[in-house]
Amino acid sequence: MLDYGAGNVRSAKRGFDAAGADAFVTDDVATAAAADVLVIPGVGHIASCLANLRASGMVGLLTDWIGRERPVFGICVGMQLLYGHSAEGDTTGLGLLPGAVRRFTDDVTVPHMGWDVVTAAPGHRDDPILAGVAGERCYFVHSYFAVPDDPAHVVATCDHGAATGFPCVVREGSVVGTQFHPEKSGEVGHRLLRNWLASLS
Amino acid sequence: MTVAARVIACLDVTGGRVVKGVNFVDLRDAGDPVALAAAYDRAGIDELVFLDITASSDERDTMVDVVSRVADQVSIPFAVGGGLRSVDDARTMLHAGADKVAFNTAAVRRPELVAEAAASVGSQSVVASIDARRVTPDAPDEVRAAATSGFHLTTRGGRVAEAIDLVDWCRRMQELGAGEILLNSMDRDGTKAGFDVEMTRAVTDVVTIPVIASGGAGSAEHLAEAIVEADASAVLAASIFHFGEVGVDEAKDAMATAGIPVRRT
Repeated sequence: MLDYGAGNVRSAKRGFDAAGADAFVTDDVATAAAADVLVIPGVGHIASCLANLRASGMVGLLTDWIGRERPVFGICVGMQLLYGHSAEGDTTGLGLLPGAVRRFTDDVTVPHMGWDVVTAAPGHRDDPILAGVAGERCYFVHSYFAVPDDPAHVVATCDHGAATGFPCVVREGSVVGTQFHPEKSGEVGHRLLRNWLASLS
Repeated sequence: MTVAARVIACLDVTGGRVVKGVNFVDLRDAGDPVALAAAYDRAGIDELVFLDITASSDERDTMVDVVSRVADQVSIPFAVGGGLRSVDDARTMLHAGADKVAFNTAAVRRPELVAEAAASVGSQSVVASIDARRVTPDAPDEVRAAATSGFHLTTRGGRVAEAIDLVDWCRRMQELGAGEILLNSMDRDGTKAGFDVEMTRAVTDVVTIPVIASGGAGSAEHLAEAIVEADASAVLAASIFHFGEVGVDEAKDAMATAGIPVRRT
């Protein structure tokens, strides 16, 4: 669990522990490099998250990790910052995944805050990561969402106002990201984390 | 809109214990905050709010300890408020495991605090907590003059009437970066007479951020009313839940019957 000063690492660790992982929190690159998987929590403004992540020296680790197809899980802004341009503060992301981060339009309540339905994307109805998750509600709190360039990387979607079918679970190579907070989504969230951990072994 | 209307239980905490009284007097002890939080999580509550109602500085460490123990016990979001005065206070609570912090009096004294907190921890973690009342004929002249919407702010648990219009204030809180408004009616607080729908509606009509209706919940139907009639994104109640007068399931049944999307566990 990369502790780079971006919010609620404690809850994220607890969520992964509840899902059967042996999670540890670290702000040290060498310590993180010894893990089997990396988790990027993320709460707050993407520019400050990116600044903190860069200052932590973790970007090189993440780049290397993703390049070698080792497992990475990004949560909310921790997922968004892996993409390219973000509309939040006109920010340039890490660009490790092709895609962009967009904002909801103000035709609805923003932030999108609360428990919303996770729907399997076309072609992912039987995706093991969504077992016991698709059709259930998870906890969202965000004004922006990542859109991969390749729609095939969208595993699940959610609807909010004009943004029907915005991506809420993405997977590209060894990277999985969720726009909702699995660590704050009760048993359903733990199930998704268990599904992902099971897929690694 | 498919997002579920949130049902929130509020736990007023002093000295590490949960209490809830009528209009903040005659406090009754309803138990251990950590045990209650875990029980609410199991019962299917969508979110929790912890209000530190003493909020003297020597109690702060007690609250941080409560927050960290709650974070270890629940897997749903929760906010902390009461006596938070600075960005450092906010960071301390979030680091201890809270998802959101609520500013009330400190924001009235210095609204820029909301902007500073939003810049530091993100809007999604900053709640503008507001205690408001209807303007009465015996209100001070400056309060009546300021409150063009018919509703004004109060501080000190409703004891001090502020010459600030509620609707103007909510607009300003949104502009400064608050991610959510927790709107408590001091007229209805503890009365169980139902939410102040008109007041809540006056706010939801002018802001795009979520509004939590608070103050006056007496029945499951009241909760549904605040969503349907006042367009609130969430409803908050305390004693009706703490003392088992309304179950979380019962609340959601009433809301579902009214056509409101709810989260089932």
